[in-house]
Amino acid sequence: MEQPDTYRAGPDDSGHFGIYGGRFVAETLMPLILDVERTYEEARNDAAFAAEMGHYLSKYVGRPSPLFFAERLTRHLGGARIYFKREDLNHTGAHKINNCIGQGLVARRMGKTRIIAETGAGQHGVATATVCALFDIPCVIYMGSRDIDRQAPNVFRMKMLGAEVKPVTAGSGTLKDSMNEALRDWVANVETTYYLIGTSAGPHPYPAMVRDFQCVIGEEVREQITDAEGRLPDTLVACIGGGSNALGLFHPFLDEKNVRFVAVEAAGKGVETGQHAASLGAGSPGVLHGNRTYLLQDSNGQVEEAHSISAGLDYPGIGPEHSWLHDTGRVEYVSITDAEALEAFHLCTRLEGIIPALETAHAIAQVGKMAGVLGADNLLVVNLSGRGDKDLDTVARASGIGL
Amino acid sequence: MPETRIDRRFAVLRRENRGGLVVFVTAGDPDPRTSAEILRGLPAAGADFIELGMPFSDPMADGPAIQMSSQRALKSGATLKTTLELVADFRQRDSETPIILMGYYNPIYIFGVDAFLSEAKAAAVDGLIIVDLPPEEENEICLPSRMAGIDFIYLTAPTTDEIRLPRVVKNASGFVYYVSITGITGTASARIEDVRKAVERLHRHTDLPIAVGFGIKTPEQAAGVAAVADAAVVGSALIGKVTENLDEDGKARPGLTNAVLDFTAELAKGVRGARVKGAA
Repeated sequence: MEQPDTYRAGPDDSGHFGIYGGRFVAETLMPLILDVERTYEEARNDAAFAAEMGHYLSKYVGRPSPLFFAERLTRHLGGARIYFKREDLNHTGAHKINNCIGQGLVARRMGKTRIIAETGAGQHGVATATVCALFDIPCVIYMGSRDIDRQAPNVFRMKMLGAEVKPVTAGSGTLKDSMNEALRDWVANVETTYYLIGTSAGPHPYPAMVRDFQCVIGEEVREQITDAEGRLPDTLVACIGGGSNALGLFHPFLDEKNVRFVAVEAAGKGVETGQHAASLGAGSPGVLHGNRTYLLQDSNGQVEEAHSISAGLDYPGIGPEHSWLHDTGRVEYVSITDAEALEAFHLCTRLEGIIPALETAHAIAQVGKMAGVLGADNLLVVNLSGRGDKDLDTVARASGIGL
Repeated sequence: MPETRIDRRFAVLRRENRGGLVVFVTAGDPDPRTSAEILRGLPAAGADFIELGMPFSDPMADGPAIQMSSQRALKSGATLKTTLELVADFRQRDSETPIILMGYYNPIYIFGVDAFLSEAKAAAVDGLIIVDLPPEEENEICLPSRMAGIDFIYLTAPTTDEIRLPRVVKNASGFVYYVSITGITGTASARIEDVRKAVERLHRHTDLPIAVGFGIKTPEQAAGVAAVADAAVVGSALIGKVTENLDEDGKARPGLTNAVLDFTAELAKGVRGARVKGAA
């Protein structure tokens, strides 16, 4: 594949990253999606919007999030100097809130009076419910019934914040099915409702808009690592479900030729078992949920169910920009199993006193594999995308610990 | 351009001064044999057009009835290939009833657009309705299908405004499908007065016939819509007759096909009497 001059110019006017992305939605939604695009374009060129965004990010979310030198983990692994970008310290405990503040402001600008969202691990649901409480907008969250079972604390949080949590029993009762249900709700309530998508996927302009709202992560890292080490990082690592925390970290650096990017998919019980969520590692291009992207699907184009111990990575697709970055070779895509992620979860907790989300534990496990091979002069930043309080039940069960 | 089956059928309807009945069934629901049996019986029961659903794992624009029907079909082995075989089988017995395939893009994309169009043409498919392909994505299959001589039928919705309508109907052919509610299939029903106004609005932008669907559940509602539009589409309610005639294991009970065809006949009766009543 031909290499572009810049990796930061996408999407094109029709919302495509190479062949990926686009607007594959029902006509009923098209006028609204064009309206979202118009509103977002105006907003991002409006100094007042930027000021409002900046206000909430600093005073409400608590940005900038720290860049922490993980000294014990660095010593333990015996290689690269490892830094944690502490998105887990954001209000609501993950990077998701960056996007929710941004889209909440877009929804308000459009005059929408109701917000819906899908959620897997519940982090996006909590962040959405939080912003809806703050902005006084009624909120409905679609969540797979299986995810409701394994992420009970987040379900309770959403309810306390005033959101209505609607269980989705269709399909496998996970993120994909919640997204179907949210789209059905949106079609039926298109006049009043804004769909606040939680990751850099869906129809244009969502993949670009969500990425832009998450780019604050990488922009801060650029300043912070320069302050700490006097230069740019060598290696950036992040986990990917839909891929927004990875894009937020990577995107500001994509044109830095000496920076290496590693994105970590969920290998579930192992890619060879068929029970995984590695869309890029084991999938093929297809069309689902408004965009063309890599999907887990059978030879007839029926979408398959994903599997991961982490509800937030349990999705058979991936944001379209990642599909393009995959094909261009600019980002390396690898995968980590449930068991490896669990081990990394415990390692991070014991060595650094930081309980990471199971999603994040996939990225840490990959760091564990890589760090020793890299030299001590290699500066590695891993996105600590979320905290793990929500996962304690799952981890206790999987590790055979009684609570 | 030679006259198509869809054009010929609308010409017949104009001569008979009535609106048409479009019925939707899912290919392979609840099993291949029953599905073929239903399909063969539909023209005699009074269906003027058949919309044949191409089952998909994630039917985002559909309500529970069609979701379940899609799942049943997939479970009984339906694929795009078996759907095309079903059409070919039907064509051996009926050369005039138009068949329009309706569904989502991914199975076609994976099959390969060119291969799909040539096999669809060979099976005598007359038109395509692909829910998740708005005009913004017309290069995917809308333009290729017109080149291949298969009509591409666009959906319009209450949200499709005056500025957007010309863009939507620009490359439309066969007929234009008006989604009469903002919502998914098989849920709310539109008021006839709103449908009438919408059809008038659409006719200001296109000479193509207008078929109206979503939320039409009874012979009376079908008659009401057929009095003000060129055709009325019934899907979920008909699928309801399939669902009502399944046993505990989800297998077809003996009377299933007749139940579907009897309901089709009731709908057809309603539609056929509509204009006479409507003229009074």
